[in-house]
Amino acid sequence: MVNVPEVTEYARTLPNVVVADRNLFTCSQDTQNRIREHIKEYDLNRVVVASCTPRTHEPLFRETLREAGLNKYTFEMANIRDQCSWVHMEQPDAATKKAKDLVRMAVAKARLIRPLADISVPVNHQGLVIGGGVAGMVSALSLAEQGFKTDLVEKENRLGGQALHLDTTYKGEDIRAYVEDLIKKVREHPLITLWLRTTIKDASGFVGGFSSTLLDEEGKETELQHGAVIMTTGGKPYKPREYLYGRDPDVLLPLELDQEIVGRSKRISNAKSVVFIQCVGSRIPERPYCSKVCCTHSMVSALALKRLNPHMRIYILYRDIRTFGDREELYTEARAKGVLFIRYNLGNEPTVERKNGRLKLRITDHVLQRPLEILPDMICLATAILPNDNMALSKLYKVSTTEEGFFLEAHMKLRPVDFATQGLFLAGLCQYPKPIEESIAQAKAAAARAANILMKDAVEIEPIVSVVNTDMCNGCGICERVCPFDAIHLVELHGEMKAENITASCKGCGLCAASCPSKAVDMCHFSQHQIRAQIHAVV
Amino acid sequence: MVHFKLNGKDVQGEEGEYILQVAERYGVEIPTLCYHKALGPAGMCRLCTVEVFDGRKTNFVTACNYPIKEGMEVRTETDAVHEGRKLIVELLLARCPNVPTVKELAARYGIKEPRFKKRDDDCILCGLCVRVCERMGNSAITLTGRGVDMRVDTPFHIQTELCMACGACASVCPTGHIKLKDITKHTVEPIPSEYDMGLIGRKPVYIPYPQAVPKAPAIDREYCMHFKTGGCKICTAFCAADAIDHSQEDETVELNVGSIILAPGFEPYDPSGDDLYQHGRFPNVVTSMEFERILSASGPYKAHLVRPSDEKEPKKIAWLQCVGSRNINQCDQGYCSAVCCMYAIKEAVISKEHSSLPLDTAIFFMDMRTYGKDFEKYYNRAKDEFGVRFIRSRIHSIEPVADSGDLKLVYASETGERKEEVFDMVVLSIGLMPPAKAEALAERLHIELDNHLFAKTQCLSPVETSRPGVYVCGAFQGPKDIPGTVMEASAAADSAMGLLAPARNTLVKKKEYPVEKEILGQEPRIGVFVCH
Repeated sequence: MVNVPEVTEYARTLPNVVVADRNLFTCSQDTQNRIREHIKEYDLNRVVVASCTPRTHEPLFRETLREAGLNKYTFEMANIRDQCSWVHMEQPDAATKKAKDLVRMAVAKARLIRPLADISVPVNHQGLVIGGGVAGMVSALSLAEQGFKTDLVEKENRLGGQALHLDTTYKGEDIRAYVEDLIKKVREHPLITLWLRTTIKDASGFVGGFSSTLLDEEGKETELQHGAVIMTTGGKPYKPREYLYGRDPDVLLPLELDQEIVGRSKRISNAKSVVFIQCVGSRIPERPYCSKVCCTHSMVSALALKRLNPHMRIYILYRDIRTFGDREELYTEARAKGVLFIRYNLGNEPTVERKNGRLKLRITDHVLQRPLEILPDMICLATAILPNDNMALSKLYKVSTTEEGFFLEAHMKLRPVDFATQGLFLAGLCQYPKPIEESIAQAKAAAARAANILMKDAVEIEPIVSVVNTDMCNGCGICERVCPFDAIHLVELHGEMKAENITASCKGCGLCAASCPSKAVDMCHFSQHQIRAQIHAVV
Repeated sequence: MVHFKLNGKDVQGEEGEYILQVAERYGVEIPTLCYHKALGPAGMCRLCTVEVFDGRKTNFVTACNYPIKEGMEVRTETDAVHEGRKLIVELLLARCPNVPTVKELAARYGIKEPRFKKRDDDCILCGLCVRVCERMGNSAITLTGRGVDMRVDTPFHIQTELCMACGACASVCPTGHIKLKDITKHTVEPIPSEYDMGLIGRKPVYIPYPQAVPKAPAIDREYCMHFKTGGCKICTAFCAADAIDHSQEDETVELNVGSIILAPGFEPYDPSGDDLYQHGRFPNVVTSMEFERILSASGPYKAHLVRPSDEKEPKKIAWLQCVGSRNINQCDQGYCSAVCCMYAIKEAVISKEHSSLPLDTAIFFMDMRTYGKDFEKYYNRAKDEFGVRFIRSRIHSIEPVADSGDLKLVYASETGERKEEVFDMVVLSIGLMPPAKAEALAERLHIELDNHLFAKTQCLSPVETSRPGVYVCGAFQGPKDIPGTVMEASAAADSAMGLLAPARNTLVKKKEYPVEKEILGQEPRIGVFVCH
């Protein structure tokens, strides 16, 4: 697509370019050797590679430069693939012209590049886990088993969270015994310090060196240092006002029904007919998400009821049955055991009333296309899972939440248990509704990610951060206000207010530099000077 | 070294080389139709005729098979050479007036009409096919007959078993004369490209996919002729880096490890045995994996959304959900594959974005399972903003619509009515199966599988297999999407990290770097490296 010989020939004519070479696969091992040889032979002090994306390949080329004795930041990349040959596949001439433009811009910047040193931040080897449910306990245990001292903070007076109300997994394993065992392990582990009835009052710091102030019930404050933090603040069931819940004793939530089933309550034994209503509070405009566990939970409960009394009439009123994976087999089994499934749509929900001492439920059957009336003894409402209130923590640790209040991961696919801010991780219901098996896996995943930091003596941070020229700074504080990472502050310097950068917290987004009215803030590696040179090169 | 003059310039070549080889190296073009770098020279087409002066007299010789000699003078473009070549081309044109390569040559030598009687042949008897077939180790074809009756053929003009349908003859034929199916008894079909889901073919030497790591070609021993006959090795003649070694053997490497993580992935469900879906019979019924390739920029149609039968843009596409999932009737797949609802919606939305025509998309499903984070919103957007149609139904059959390539779906609607609708293309949302070698792997590693042959795990220890120290992640643990897979990969690593904590950092090697050069204050000296 791009005429590479022509682009290479062109590159030779650019100022300060002493050699230009072309290769079939610049990222291959032999090309790396060639680049190293060229650096030596031509005494190069800057290298420009015009190829694919720095996202995947910049680290490789930086490493090559370092191996050849050059500072790794004296490197610049022109992306002539994603930004050129891929998007202009059909116009080879224009693509070649654009490739030249891109190379010219890269060279213009390379001329002004200065060597930079990585910022090395010492790492505190201690972990902090916030939330003592299953996810929090698994994360804390994982960290401790890897040899890291861990503080586990729980706002309630006991460990266990929502799992305390659960009976079995969908595969039938005993959750109670598991949680008891987990609590015991956590309590007994010499590397875990437990803080019950404790909340986080304040937090500061950055990857490798966070500081959090704990506040207990009596108002006592304790300041802890740690290298990484895992959020496992859990979730809670939505308590509906719909379908007589809270007003009628025979309308229950799934966890309440579980207790009745486990305890073989009298009304369970006497019940002849039970109705489950799915998606109560989920998948509605106000809460446009699926709570993921309720379909499977209802299957498990329905099958348990059928085991207690095979003649019990059980109806599951649903919108879509979402028994993903091998949970589907429970759905198959429920149908085989005679559980009846009736579908309803949003806007055509069932109605429930108590009349003449009986619960009466009306719904239109989707197959018969006729209204049905059911007289159930009990109704179970599969209600939505809500996040706990994460607002305070989100502000303290500068992490984001979704519209619904769940914590927001850095990247759904590539970094599913990381927060966007380095050194902070998440797991369990605080990320999104999920079954216990996923909470456990996620908690372990978050621990692995956190351990990656805790095991190091220091973390290297790219020096692409802001720098303040205090002579030019007039202390207006705009930078402090626009910084999303709390990485630039006003401090008093010789009686004047001046901006000061906190390099370890700085993400290099450049907001401060762009908004500084007196041009006192600049970015390393993306300086105004360098960017201007690139713009001048292209326009 | 042999020194001689080529068009007045001093050149050198190695003892035993031919003029054409040296000329090629020095960038001097000599026309030829029968020369092949990897095969011995034959001097069949005579097009490469050049003038050679050996100090005493001038000769006209064929450059492809005339060895270089010290002090000789070679001229490739004299009037006499040109006239000679022109006559050869004219004779070729008379023999093969409709062959593009010959017509191009004729145009280059200024021949409009041959002065000789025209025939309608397309074989110039260069013999390349015969020589390459011999090199393949087969000799299934030869030049038969004599004089004017000479032609390329199989012995006794019968299709042969000996020919392995490798296609080397057809690939080197300069005129397109060779038709493989006339020669061989074997079926002639391209090697299906695994990466492009068999929509196109690939070669026996190939780079599996554009982003392969390492991005180096591999030789497929199952198809490579060298491993069938001991012949060929033509690739070695072309590899400038001399990097091909056919004698390489599989190596057994023994590693001592403290923990093992299994991540062998999944196998897409193969619907070809399913009568209902007619996959493999109707070209416009494709699997979702095939459709991903059709949509891809690096795919067989370069991201042009076209259907396979006629490469025309479809105006209506249907997705059929739960193919090979939630089905214990046609197949033994009692589970939900967990990812198909989302990928079908994604494919429908992207198709609408890709299509240059207004595109109608319909997803035929039983239950819409958009249970992940932000999935329900995506489903709502697909419905409300992109206009993807969602049809709750059970499919009865797919029928062809005459010879149009279109497909008629017959289905039962939710209310039980029989309905029909015609689509240009049907995509089967195929499920996730355990990896094909799951059982063999489980046996070797002494781990248990569940009744579907995925790795057996417990909910309360989701990445532990039945054997301590052996962990599992990804779709082998159970069907799941990328976020779940990536998350589980970290979870499995966590288990291994806990187990191996005492050994942490014991095998770490520290990399030594040279001292960094001081460059501040120096004039920039920039090296630019451009990648093809």
